Amino acid sequence: MAERSFVEEVRKLRLGEGEVFHGEGILAVTKALLESGVAYVSGYQGAPISHLMDVLADAQDILAEHGIHFEHSASEATAAATLAASVNYPLRGACTFKSTVGTNVASDALANLASGGVTGGALIIVGEDYGEGSSIMQERSHAFAMKSQIWLLDPRPNLPSIVKAVKDGFELSEASHTPVMLQLRIRACHVHGQFVTSANQRPAFTLREAMEQPRRDTSRIVLPPASFLHEKEKIQQRWPAAVRFIQERGLNEFFDAAPGGFDDVGIVVQGGHYNTLLRVLERVGLADVFGRSRVPLYVMNVTYPLVDDEVLRFCRGKRAVLMVEEGQPNYLEQNVAAILRAGGCDAVLHGKDVLPVAGEYTAAEVLGGVRAFLERHGRLPPQALAAPHSGPIELPAGATVHARPPGFCTGCPERPIFTAMKLVERELGEHHVSADIGCHLFSILPPFNLGNTTMGYGLGTAGAAALNVPASKRAISVMGDGGFWHNGLTSGIANAVFNRSDNLTVVVDNSYTSATGGQDILSSKAVNPTRSTGHAIESAVRGVGVQWVRTVTHTYDLAQMKAALKEALTTRERGPKVIVAQSECMLNRQRREKPLQRQRAAAGERVVRERFGVDPDTCTGDHSCIRLSGCPSLTVKPNPDPLRTDPVAAVVDSCVGCGLCGEVSHAAVLCPSFYKARIVSNPTRGDRWREALRGRVIGWLQRRAAARRARYAF
Amino acid sequence: MRSESQAAPATQAGPDNAGPRLIKIAILAMGGEGGGVLADWLVSLAEQHGHLAQTTSVPGVAQRTGATIYYVEMFPAVAAQQAGQAPVMALMPMPGDVDVVLASELMEAGRAVQRGLVTPQRTTLVTSTHRVYAIAEKTAMGDGRADSAALLDLARGAARRFVGFDMAQAAEASGSVISAVLFGALAATGELPFTRAQFEATIEQGGVGVAASLRAFAAAFDRAGSVGGPEAASAVLGAHASATPPQVPAAVPAPLPRATEPAVQALIDRAARAHADDAQTLELVLEGLRRSIDYQDLAYAGLYLDRLDTVRAAARGAASQVATTVLLGEVARHLALWMSWEDTIRVADLKTRDSRFARVRGEVRAGADQVLAIQEYLHPRLQEIAETMPAPLGRWLLASGTPRRWVERLAARGRVVETSSLRGYLMLAAVASLRRWRRSTLRYSLENARIEAWLADLRAVAPADAALAVEIARCQRLVKGYGDTHARGWRNFETLRATWCGSSRTAPALLAELREAALADEHGRALQAALRRHGLAA
Repeated sequence: MAERSFVEEVRKLRLGEGEVFHGEGILAVTKALLESGVAYVSGYQGAPISHLMDVLADAQDILAEHGIHFEHSASEATAAATLAASVNYPLRGACTFKSTVGTNVASDALANLASGGVTGGALIIVGEDYGEGSSIMQERSHAFAMKSQIWLLDPRPNLPSIVKAVKDGFELSEASHTPVMLQLRIRACHVHGQFVTSANQRPAFTLREAMEQPRRDTSRIVLPPASFLHEKEKIQQRWPAAVRFIQERGLNEFFDAAPGGFDDVGIVVQGGHYNTLLRVLERVGLADVFGRSRVPLYVMNVTYPLVDDEVLRFCRGKRAVLMVEEGQPNYLEQNVAAILRAGGCDAVLHGKDVLPVAGEYTAAEVLGGVRAFLERHGRLPPQALAAPHSGPIELPAGATVHARPPGFCTGCPERPIFTAMKLVERELGEHHVSADIGCHLFSILPPFNLGNTTMGYGLGTAGAAALNVPASKRAISVMGDGGFWHNGLTSGIANAVFNRSDNLTVVVDNSYTSATGGQDILSSKAVNPTRSTGHAIESAVRGVGVQWVRTVTHTYDLAQMKAALKEALTTRERGPKVIVAQSECMLNRQRREKPLQRQRAAAGERVVRERFGVDPDTCTGDHSCIRLSGCPSLTVKPNPDPLRTDPVAAVVDSCVGCGLCGEVSHAAVLCPSFYKARIVSNPTRGDRWREALRGRVIGWLQRRAAARRARYAF
Repeated sequence: MRSESQAAPATQAGPDNAGPRLIKIAILAMGGEGGGVLADWLVSLAEQHGHLAQTTSVPGVAQRTGATIYYVEMFPAVAAQQAGQAPVMALMPMPGDVDVVLASELMEAGRAVQRGLVTPQRTTLVTSTHRVYAIAEKTAMGDGRADSAALLDLARGAARRFVGFDMAQAAEASGSVISAVLFGALAATGELPFTRAQFEATIEQGGVGVAASLRAFAAAFDRAGSVGGPEAASAVLGAHASATPPQVPAAVPAPLPRATEPAVQALIDRAARAHADDAQTLELVLEGLRRSIDYQDLAYAGLYLDRLDTVRAAARGAASQVATTVLLGEVARHLALWMSWEDTIRVADLKTRDSRFARVRGEVRAGADQVLAIQEYLHPRLQEIAETMPAPLGRWLLASGTPRRWVERLAARGRVVETSSLRGYLMLAAVASLRRWRRSTLRYSLENARIEAWLADLRAVAPADAALAVEIARCQRLVKGYGDTHARGWRNFETLRATWCGSSRTAPALLAELREAALADEHGRALQAALRRHGLAA
């Protein structure tokens, strides 16, 4: 079950001709796929395209009605390879993943797909996780499009343009027999807007027909001599076809100068940055709120390949042109420069000389660049308007704004794994920790500060492969269940078996790919009507030859978790060690359990709620407990003791009673301040009778002690 | 620095300068706080009442408790129709170009200012004034909290209009969430062209937790309506400041408290006589008396005053009157804290009190019709067990062979004691009742010796250097906690003691620096580095 339910959104997928869709960008893409007559969709979840996957998962009935096949692919490589169905058959197919990480994983399949070319339209929808909030390395998908010669769409970030790009993309793919990549930045994926829908289309050709009447064409398979011919075909046939299509259909947009404007300078912009550019032009008084710009604009909704004729048409007769292109290297600027040079156009080209070479093109950064460009060419008076700061403003002394990095959620079952590692570290010293991708990577941040490298999804164990020589300590690798099934089983575990590693891998098994939104995977415990779940990680690990495997079924049991880690790090047994640390993702669990608990309590059933607390009068304000936990529910509050100044620890009401606080104070011998409260709603008669008895005895003793204290009170 | 970005909106001059404007709203929240719900409410409010609206967010990993930002723009639909064109809406806020900033927490408001989103010419800042502490603030070994008053000043000074109050508390009072409170406060500002009824209808259409959200909305609407002005804003600050404990007792002398028990009154009078000239110190001394009586008995409180007197007498000759006054206050505070060390007896006593049971009941929000069980997580080790024994017996146990190992094995695991059960309560009550024999325990003799040594140091240093004595007194703060934490604190204290007991004079500032270094990390790295820096360690 995914983190969000999309039952509401699914209804929007049924909208017919001429209705208005209100919703998120990535959902508009999903609707556009249905309107395009797509036959199959594959993908691997990850921000910002998880919602596309989740909506399709919740829309099985609609997909069935339209004869569309939808797969949760095992990895992005699988998702991309799925597009092979469009090589021989006139089937429209789409795959989706997070970029550039997913594109890296998919690149083998993408290269093969692009080499042989496609018959049916093949669309690769990449969600660009770049800039603020990004959790991945900052690279460009553009390079993949260039190296494999896949056409790259970068539409203006509004719903009608995005939907049009999906439809154009399929047609462009078919017209040029080339897969097409649709690039959507994270804000565009999450933008809420509207577009007018069309009727959904059933695919003209079906997967069933393909399976029952298979076709093959050796010239489409990547093996010499066909592969040599593919390279020439790309240049001689597919590229010109694509350029023709782009021009004929006007995929790129020319905006002439609005009245009162000028023609001697112009700006070329990637479609995805159009809105930011227009906001900037509005700020400097050169555009209105409707996007009527006094500076001529050339908007590249297709950023690869460039159309030489269009570039020259725009630049001819201009003194200077600014290329607004986010990310580096500046492929577009280089390409435009080459086109201008070859075409004998002497317009001066600006780009990364006035705009930042690297980093996100925020409104403030683009404002700075556009201003510099227009000032240099006399179209803005110098410094009439100071550019706002792109960096943080210096705050007055005393006002501190701390970073607020992401961290484990309240009650997260992964937290105790790292608490245990911290405690084991106290006994056995520091170890090299090879981290992976997933929520567990938060271990590298305070308060745990565990983890030396991360090499990619599922590559935690592989990242420690070289650290495999006789030594007095073992390396520890961490891998999530998501990464494990993505590739970690082979690239990490099987590799460790084959190369006789002696290291430890901790597989965090929380029943979902939690970081991407809680989707099901092979080892999920939930029964999923359309997927096969319940495949134990331990069986898989043993299956590839690991002898030493321990499954800890309750990660909150710190003593057990610690013992397993300690044993794995000290045992004399040779060979790779694997600990499968199991407990359900608390976010998913609470989403499921909380409403049920409320219902039960409302229905008069006996319901027990547990939560922790701290006695402020015994807490001395050292905060060791927080340093071993970092739980959002465990915080500090002013010390009620008039003699003390350091704040005391406190548990806030969001506590879900996972038990870690108590375990930590036991295992680390911290302090007696933690208590667990069990609150019983709708108590039974037995409960009440016990309570009454206790109340009488304890109450009498307490009153006696209180009276003594009251005597001396003042 | 900020003034540059503030200059921007004043000179805004586009072709449409006279035409309708976009309304730009940024929401700063923490992941999982409902910032997304708020953005969705704003969009549906706008769309249903004649506006085009767009919202974007960058959830990603920030969804997991990190800081995140939502951005909303809206525009009158009729203006778009007249123009025959839809407006181009931006996907991210531009510094200096935001009309309304909603912040779910005070430091997030500070972050909005830092990012240049809040400007005095333009922005209405609606923020909660409560704090959700960042991890760096929580993990500090002492007090790592940012200065809330400074943040509040910053936020108020940066905005054209400031509306702030404790929205977490308002949300809690109405059984709802902060997003509903922010929505209500925003409605009250009148910054958006929508009526209160339209705001409320939006919540109703959401369909989830409607009643509670409407309660929170209404409460916030009323509250925000009354805290809009500048005077009201300072009232907010005042309220906030009083939420922190009275760390510095009031300078105005409070009337002397009266006790019913004559022996207690005698102690109060004695303290009042000794500290008649200094109301602040007297407050602390009275608190110390309260603590020592509560901790042990009247005689113990007498001992507290005796000890204080010896320091007072020693400091009488000091040159600096100011430092002496500060010294007596600090000694009064830290002596009381040291004399009430947290031994097993004290912990058992505090855990079994009726006031504590009531506090837990309130804190966990157990209703009268609910049954509450309280379980303690206790882990007394050999050390604590031996220290609760009569001193000779405790010393023997610690030095013994087999008995020591036997007790160690017994204490290897922590225990969960259910204080609300008869068995658990009686057990803890029995430990608490050892109080009358506390003076014979090993811990008592240990702590007494330490206290006396510390007081001797104070008496020795005070006449010549009261400022240094103040810093020595404050070093008691290092010794706190239980088990390893306490042992670490004591180690640090001894390390610092070596500096002031050394042959050369220690500068007060140096001691203060070393004390802060000792509280900088658990491993003592900062302290070692500081000692090396000053040539005090190899």
